[in-house]
Amino acid sequence: MDVPVSYYVVLSGIVFSIGLVGVLIRRNIIIILLSVELMLNATNINFVAFSSYLGNLSGQVFVFFALTVAAAEVAVGLAIIIALYRHSASINIDDFRLLKW
Amino acid sequence: MSIPFVDLATILPELLIVGIACLVLVLDPITPTAKKDFLAWMSLGVLAVCALVTMEDFGETTVAFSGLVVVDSYAAFWKMLLYLVSGLTILLSMSYLKEEKIDLAEYYAFVLLALAGMMVMVSGADLLTIYLGIELMSITLYIMAGFKRFEARSIEASAKYFVLGAFSSGILLYGISLLFGVTGSTRLSEIAAVVNGPALNDPLMLLALMLIIVGFGFKVAAVPFHMWTPDVYEGAPTSVTAFMAVASKAASFAAFLRVLLEAFGGVKPNWNMLILAVCLITVALGNLVAIVQTNVKRMLAYSSIAHAGYALVGVVVAGWVGVETGVSSRGVSSLMLYLAIYSFMTIGAFAMVAILRKGGLEGEDIEDFTGLAKRHKGGAFLMLVFMISLAGIPPTAGFIGKFYLFMAAVNAGLAWLAIFGLIFAAISAFYYLRIVMVMYMREPSPEHEQHTRLVLSPQVSVVLACAVAGVVLLGIFPGPLVSIADLSILPIK
Repeated sequence: MDVPVSYYVVLSGIVFSIGLVGVLIRRNIIIILLSVELMLNATNINFVAFSSYLGNLSGQVFVFFALTVAAAEVAVGLAIIIALYRHSASINIDDFRLLKW
Repeated sequence: MSIPFVDLATILPELLIVGIACLVLVLDPITPTAKKDFLAWMSLGVLAVCALVTMEDFGETTVAFSGLVVVDSYAAFWKMLLYLVSGLTILLSMSYLKEEKIDLAEYYAFVLLALAGMMVMVSGADLLTIYLGIELMSITLYIMAGFKRFEARSIEASAKYFVLGAFSSGILLYGISLLFGVTGSTRLSEIAAVVNGPALNDPLMLLALMLIIVGFGFKVAAVPFHMWTPDVYEGAPTSVTAFMAVASKAASFAAFLRVLLEAFGGVKPNWNMLILAVCLITVALGNLVAIVQTNVKRMLAYSSIAHAGYALVGVVVAGWVGVETGVSSRGVSSLMLYLAIYSFMTIGAFAMVAILRKGGLEGEDIEDFTGLAKRHKGGAFLMLVFMISLAGIPPTAGFIGKFYLFMAAVNAGLAWLAIFGLIFAAISAFYYLRIVMVMYMREPSPEHEQHTRLVLSPQVSVVLACAVAGVVLLGIFPGPLVSIADLSILPIK
């Protein structure tokens, strides 16, 4: 049984919105990082669904690149968060007020 | 499967730069501390070689990797600008890093890697390559912003840049994925064919276009996506700030314009009003908020936001409907000219901030410039030149850049936009000239006089000389650069 492509688009839209709202309202920087990952994964759902629907493999190729980039981004992001934690012993973004936000 | 040699030859500059960046990383631990400068000179050397290679690309269009990469005059123009800016950044950093005690050679590798990302951006003909270029540039810049990792401000800047940068990349990527769904391709030329035909006014396409504009808006620091800029520019090491303010903005504008014109050039009515609105609020807010700043780096950050707004005038003209092709291409070439000129004056201004020291720290408050003209006539005069150029007062290059942009706007029938820009340029003179006033007309307190000094080194002198030569010469003889920009524009449909 085939699932229509619109279902996937709606699913990715929901996941993307959860990530978007998460970045905007959560205060813990790790949760923010996870929300960004949700946004990127919503993108991957889209690419794979469209790729299969259109019979065009380039979407799946894009997913490989997007995954790699996301991994690199997380590696750098976690390193920055550790450096940040060493300075202020906190990962709550409300505590970082040296620079006017 | 193997990659054809012809394709590899097309991206020779990128390969060279990545190769030397890796070599710097490998050589770093085995180079004695006293000889670390050698790695910086090696990085400068590869930039010179790449400039010679790229010089050959003017006037030809080569498509490689089955349409993923295109090397044309447009890409060559931006690459030359990026080499120059990266070279000046490396020169500026050599003594600055020592002064700040963050003298690590991997810094030069990061400059080269970020440069490689920007080069991929400006010659990307597919949203995949453009996205990869953006990410290579951004991830490297997140690290560079936090390079003073023992200083809380620098790390905080890095974290803020990372969160908002990753957020904006997510938005951009989501837009790309929707666009892929609508058009079945990520190639700019194929997108253009579908967008201009079957998918015209498809709501999903419009949503994708909006998300892509938002994503690029973050990268070029246009209002309302600018909130990261002042914090990151203030917290990052000054040499990195100069690099971000100039190179990353130029590369982002180059990719932004290519995407808008090559993929969405057939549906200009769908985006030109949005860009016009962003342009207006960017010019207004950037200039108005800069007035109240007391930190020079923060002030220059708002000034760079305002300059992004002026550059957007070029995008608006290029995207305006109902004008002749000649006028649209004037929009593109004036934007290229403006960003080239902006690079010289901004690098110069940031270099002055980087060499002004207060005790062991950077002198980055406006107060620290008090009475500089008494002790350092030359330094104060250079700052004066950069400030009047940023304000757009003749006979400096800043005036020429604004003149060509506003002329393009008038030719496109947007005279009111030119007047709007001129009014805000006049307002901007207020905060630029305040620094000049502080330098020339205020008496420093004796204690203050003891603590602040200019740290000049031969390399920094070269940077300042290049910057001031660019600002003055392009102000008096803009002809050659104008004709190069005219020859390097994108083919406009």
